Amino acid sequence: MTEILSFHNVTFSYTPEDETARKAVQNVSFTVQQGEWIAIVGHNGSGKSTIAKLMNGLLYPAEGEVRVLRSALTEENLWDVRSKVGMVFQNPDNQFVGATVQDDVAFSLENNGVPYEEMVLRVKEALKQVKMDQFLNHEPHHLSGGQKQRVAIAGALAIHPQLLILDEATSMLDPQGRDEVLSTVQALREKIGLTVISITHDLEEAMLADRIIFMNDGKKYAEGTPSEIFALGEQLIEFGLDLPFAMKMTKLLQQQGVKLIGQHMTEEELVNDLWTSNFNK
Amino acid sequence: MMEKMIFGRYIPGDSFVHKLDPRAKLIFVFAFIFIVFFANNAVTYGLLLAFTLLIIFISRIRLYFLINGLKPIVFLMIFTFLLHTLFTREGAVILDFGFLKIYEQGLKQGIFISTRFLVLVFMTSILTLTTSPISITDGLEVLLNPLKKLKAPVHELALMMSISLRFIPTLMDETDKIMKAQMARGSDLSAGPLKDRLKAVVPLLVPLFVSAFKRAEDLATAMEVRGYRGGEGRTRYRQLKWDYRDTICLISLVVLTALLVFYRN
Repeated sequence: MTEILSFHNVTFSYTPEDETARKAVQNVSFTVQQGEWIAIVGHNGSGKSTIAKLMNGLLYPAEGEVRVLRSALTEENLWDVRSKVGMVFQNPDNQFVGATVQDDVAFSLENNGVPYEEMVLRVKEALKQVKMDQFLNHEPHHLSGGQKQRVAIAGALAIHPQLLILDEATSMLDPQGRDEVLSTVQALREKIGLTVISITHDLEEAMLADRIIFMNDGKKYAEGTPSEIFALGEQLIEFGLDLPFAMKMTKLLQQQGVKLIGQHMTEEELVNDLWTSNFNK
Repeated sequence: MMEKMIFGRYIPGDSFVHKLDPRAKLIFVFAFIFIVFFANNAVTYGLLLAFTLLIIFISRIRLYFLINGLKPIVFLMIFTFLLHTLFTREGAVILDFGFLKIYEQGLKQGIFISTRFLVLVFMTSILTLTTSPISITDGLEVLLNPLKKLKAPVHELALMMSISLRFIPTLMDETDKIMKAQMARGSDLSAGPLKDRLKAVVPLLVPLFVSAFKRAEDLATAMEVRGYRGGEGRTRYRQLKWDYRDTICLISLVVLTALLVFYRN
């Protein structure tokens, strides 16, 4: 497996002159391998958005090192890195640069000096991948939030990125828009083996990941597979995170004296357990 | 009221005029503004008017719609007409009210000037009605390109313009939302003396500005992340294509100029 991105003891503070001030990110290390889907979770102010900004040179670490595509991120290779890392932000409106869907997707290509003939192909290809190829000439205010976010993903895909970062990309969407975006990302991973880092406070979204990094107060609190992280149970609630519906349901049922075996992350598991463990012959 | 205003509005279509390259249209209208001043007699003004009507016909914009939308301008036209008619004192007297005399030259002048005005307003309206704002921006950027040599930030200006255009509907929505939010809190924007109404606008503008700045910051970050670093080394996705139509358009302009020069006094 090849390493795509890694943090080595990264520390960052928004007020470097004040030694005593709380650090936004403190001594964080992790590695992301090619093809993985990593979710970084944490409540507001846990440092997860700062981590996103450190990943593509919007911020530079005060201490430690950020390595992207096996080389340390510096001001020299900044633009090179940005041409290989796609990023989707929270607000669907505030990242839509072009006048129409196709102009917006082409924006990053224009910036990277891709010739016109290739741009046309890549814009079409990227929009097809997110199933927005019917909307080439639509203006942003005629699109739903989920559609705008899919266009933003297409814009990121058009540069053929090695890594896609979703910085709270679903948090401003309605449930339907969120599902649209998440299923698009899942399909992309299956089809082109894209590496994805999603920064989120939505644990249902995090559940889709291969690995979860749990941030609290600027530090990495825990790291592991979704089932390992959700095994923390009570602690997640303490840190202000919302458990997935199935887990909440399991807990409530157990409190009511319903016999259930262990924790359940998905509705299907819960339902299966419900009818098997309470099945009287 | 806004529905009737046609300034700066774009009406999609696929007429000959719609399909013209924005560069051709811009050059045409810009040159036309100067050519209009060649006209100085009935024949030449007639030519201009006929030409304009022909273009309106080709653009398939209904004349009624155009005139209806230009009502605010009509007042200005009548004013110019009266001004010239009443205050030019040359030639024979046509009408004599005793205290007021209307001279032949004055009437002529009045008609000419208002025709000139009408033709100019029609022509520029046709430009904006048949060209999307973003195409106008593209056209301007390419036409102003030579100014880059003088270190004029042509690309940046064009980008600013296109982003502003892109955000107009977004900010309109936002204004609407804030207005409703303030109305729900009991602020009344539509009643009371002017002073009160102006005061009521402040709680509307402040949140709008704050959010616009927030948006601008987000947008700048998003643009930077997507590799934007100024106009250098950038390619263009919107291509402008100059074809036979555009050449015809400019040739017609040359012909018109020749005719005007030939027939003027």
